[in-house]
Amino acid sequence: MTRLSLGLGLLGLLALAAAAAPLVAAWLGHDPFAPDLLARFAPPSAAHPLGTDDLGRDILTRLLYGARVSLAVGLAAALAAAAIGTLAGLLAAWRGGVADALVMRFADFMLALPALPLLVLLAAADPSRIGLPARGEAAGDVLRIVVILALFGWVGVARLARAAALATLSRDHVRAARALGASEPRILLRHVLPALLPPVAVATALAVAGAILAESTLSFLGLGISPPAPSWGNMLANAQELVFSAPWAAVWPGLAIMATVAACTLVADGIRRRRGGV
Amino acid sequence: MTRILATRLLQIALTLAVLSFCAFALIALMPGDPIEVAIAGDPRLTAEDAARLRALHGLDRPFHDRYLAWAGGLLRGEFGYSRLFAQPVAALLGPALLSTLALAGTALLIALTLGVALGALAAARPRAAPAVDAVAVMGQAMPTFWLGILLIIAFAVTLGWLPAGGAAEHGPGLRYLVLPVATLAIAHLAAYARHSVASLEATLTEPWIRTARARGASERAVLLRHALPNAALPVLQIAALDAGALAGGALVTETVFARPGMGKLLYDAVMGNDTNLALIALLLVALVTMLATLGADLAQRALDPRLRER
Repeated sequence: MTRLSLGLGLLGLLALAAAAAPLVAAWLGHDPFAPDLLARFAPPSAAHPLGTDDLGRDILTRLLYGARVSLAVGLAAALAAAAIGTLAGLLAAWRGGVADALVMRFADFMLALPALPLLVLLAAADPSRIGLPARGEAAGDVLRIVVILALFGWVGVARLARAAALATLSRDHVRAARALGASEPRILLRHVLPALLPPVAVATALAVAGAILAESTLSFLGLGISPPAPSWGNMLANAQELVFSAPWAAVWPGLAIMATVAACTLVADGIRRRRGGV
Repeated sequence: MTRILATRLLQIALTLAVLSFCAFALIALMPGDPIEVAIAGDPRLTAEDAARLRALHGLDRPFHDRYLAWAGGLLRGEFGYSRLFAQPVAALLGPALLSTLALAGTALLIALTLGVALGALAAARPRAAPAVDAVAVMGQAMPTFWLGILLIIAFAVTLGWLPAGGAAEHGPGLRYLVLPVATLAIAHLAAYARHSVASLEATLTEPWIRTARARGASERAVLLRHALPNAALPVLQIAALDAGALAGGALVTETVFARPGMGKLLYDAVMGNDTNLALIALLLVALVTMLATLGADLAQRALDPRLRER
């Protein structure tokens, strides 16, 4: 079994579990949001395979609904970062000069700073002050976190894309295309962009991992996805308060995060090895 | 050397200036300005009082005026007061910084030692390599705060050997440092292990290794004397880049274990709408991060003669 197929298989399973969340909820007869005060702190049993939390909510159903949020945020943030980063890196390499310097200095700026404190500050800002939905509303929360994480994630992709684009722009097939009179957009799209895809794919896989970790950390700190909407991070925030009464609540969300992030790392490693890199 | 140092210090100063402006602008977006909070706290305040307070604190002045006044104060060493802790900011920063440096420094030392040792083990015993690799992948994938919670459940709740928190009330003690250091060290150890395996494997194919073997050096000597010092350099570079992640990442660990440190101070300030403290704490964490990176760079230069000429 190669790393790539192991990682992709794991991600597929997780996506399947997230997709099946309503089915499992219906089958077990639990609502992930409805408190059941008579069933608080229930240890794992047939009715509640992973037990219940302090409000008597079924942990398995919340875990599966949380998967939807966490996976969606991770994927959306990473894809947005990949798109912006590829475009910025490509343009920087192609235009050179001031544009290149601007992008690269901004990248240096972001990479020199401690990410987490900055993320905390950004996530604590109140989006309603500039006319966006306020913090604490489910849809607004997801969008807010995706935007913040994409803002941080594109820098790494841009550096990789720029390096690959610079290398490709000086290759013979690009010069040949130019000599044949191909237009600049055509050269960039047809001859340079395809060469960027492998490094960008690796960077995107790692960005998904980073985004899921960052989302869970922010949600854990109470700055990401707000309860009652479940996300793996805010389930763990709740679990920390329950270490005495329901220690089992802390196990599964963490395992889910770890499995997802490890799967993304394996995919990134797998692509890199397949391309003959280290 | 002096020129490099001067350039880098200038870059750091510039970065801090840009960061201070961006963060100051961002803070304007945080919920509730101090006067709104005061009104909420004391219903007897009238609109005139609010206007008077705004004028008194300069909140009615335009944004750039306020920024320049604040930044000028910082440059003169006037750090102002923390609203949340009702203390001068300068008095809060010292102990918090020391606490974080003790935590992150110890964790970094342990993580580097164990990580490189694990890497060497994997490189020396190919049969152990997949296990080390699996442990490293999982270690890197583990959220720090989850690891902290698991350690609390195991060692504080179940076994009762170590405290889950309380460094704030009972002062600094080694007992309160064990679990946080373990959390941070384990979280970073995995990356060092992976990088040292890769670096060692690359180094072991170098010609001088073959020469050493041909001269009859034992495998142990080849690994420890010839390969490890060279392989350690890239790992050191990773550690340099990591210094920032460590100083910032301590935020989560400090929050989980309720340890008073820079990260927790920043987090509490952000959550408590203490804008002045939040800004200054952020700038200080950024400064420490960049100085740590610079220090590690210089150390690397000193250790690797090949880097000096460039």
